Amino acid sequence: MRPFAFHHADSASQAFRLGSGTGQGQVDASVQFLAGGTTLIDLMKLDVLRPQRVVNIDALKGSLQRIELSAEGLYLGALTTMAAAADHGEILDSYPVIAQSLKLAASAQLRNMATLGGNVLQKTRCTYYRDPSWSACNKRSPGSGCAAIHGFNRNHAVLGIDDTCISQYPGDFGVALMALDAQVDLIGSRDSRRIPFARLHRPLEGQPHIENILRPGELISGFFVPAGPWARRSLYVKVRDRESYEFALVAAAVAVDLDGETVRQARIGLGGMAYRPWRAEAAEQMLMGKPLNEASAAAAATVALEGARTHGYNDYKPELARRTLARALLGAKALTLAGQVS
Amino acid sequence: MTQMTRREALTAGIAMATVGLEPLRADAAPAPKSDPSAVRVRLEVNGELRELSLDPRVTVLDALRDHLHLTGSKKGCDQGQCGACTVLIEGQRVLSCLTLAVAAQGKPIETIEGLSRADGALHPMQQAFIDQDAFQCGYCTPGQIMSAVACVTEGHAHSDGDIREYMSGNLCRCAAYPKIVAAIKQAKLEMERA
Repeated sequence: MRPFAFHHADSASQAFRLGSGTGQGQVDASVQFLAGGTTLIDLMKLDVLRPQRVVNIDALKGSLQRIELSAEGLYLGALTTMAAAADHGEILDSYPVIAQSLKLAASAQLRNMATLGGNVLQKTRCTYYRDPSWSACNKRSPGSGCAAIHGFNRNHAVLGIDDTCISQYPGDFGVALMALDAQVDLIGSRDSRRIPFARLHRPLEGQPHIENILRPGELISGFFVPAGPWARRSLYVKVRDRESYEFALVAAAVAVDLDGETVRQARIGLGGMAYRPWRAEAAEQMLMGKPLNEASAAAAATVALEGARTHGYNDYKPELARRTLARALLGAKALTLAGQVS
Repeated sequence: MTQMTRREALTAGIAMATVGLEPLRADAAPAPKSDPSAVRVRLEVNGELRELSLDPRVTVLDALRDHLHLTGSKKGCDQGQCGACTVLIEGQRVLSCLTLAVAAQGKPIETIEGLSRADGALHPMQQAFIDQDAFQCGYCTPGQIMSAVACVTEGHAHSDGDIREYMSGNLCRCAAYPKIVAAIKQAKLEMERA
């Protein structure tokens, strides 16, 4: 690990000031905020992230750690740990896809450390990105190429990619946030703003080294998940190489509002498949007003994977994703909700 | 000749190797007394306040092992993937290899060395690992035991399936998993009785 200066930020304003040199999402950012540290310290040890200054924001926990449920929706403070949200009974009841996406991620130790704000900014697990001995990586060194395109790309992305990068967004919680139309609160020295979570991660557009729209010094302060009528009938299906403590090959976050068998509204997020947290809006539209059954679920899944581009070792992924998504949709339909006659 | 433990022999070996290297330094400038980049770090380990002068890069794991000579917590992968370095910080099981010592100040740290009672009586989880033969090479065991204690106190040890799920962050390359599950079930009963 390269040397760095360590700072404790005692307040948000101090964090903004100390972090004003951040180019978050960029590998050459000279300042990095430290929360749970599970991605940052790991990637600093691997010499992928090389900050000259690390700003500890642990002291902001007092204001950024709350979980609140109201009639309008669910608020999750950015410094809430993954474990706290995963084990929260009311979240599991009212927003099951949120709790499940967190419980099925990482390990008990990592969930105790990692915060929700850091979780959505988690870096890709692309082995070529994580190992600087591979010189070609446009995410690490813009313009150097992509070693994964002709490399061992079994778990690389097939959606939202281009010829500069096929790395996969590895997170689960972010996929659930996409499905539930969540918003993200950002705080900075100039102002605070609330934006759709779908806008936090930038589309690739040939610039894999700039991952999100955070301004220098800006911090995620929390997430707001609106209480849609689909939120309770939601679930997260994650398919992976081993049963626990593993990243997704494919994951589907689905939420549906049904009138009998007929879909009033559907919300679909895909994990493990795309360059950034992915929402399958065309598939959602297709299901609206139709009965939810094997045929319609399969048809929606086909639409969700349109445009998928594979690179050899990951040729299996679109079909696995179609089947996973169809299973998730039918699983959501089969849920018996408390207080509701099935 | 007095008997030496393996740890004493290794420590003595390191000391001798250091002495052996001394002449090579003769021409070099004298080493500065303290590293200018070092920071003062106060850690509360097993109820004791310890003050250290550390490079900010030092993790809790390296502070424990190399600076406080508490070598019970093990370095497996050093990348947050194996769980051998698991300790409790503020009562929560975490990975000490991904925690900077400088960021752990003011938070009580509990290691495997602090688990047994002052009179030497083993914690029920330690005894259960012995009773159930829940280790082979033993390298992952301190991390397994710290994680297992937390698994029970969190209320995540209801069934075999639960235990396997909530212990998945601790890898055992000898694959003693069935016996680790048995040990946790045994200790859970005793911890609940206590």
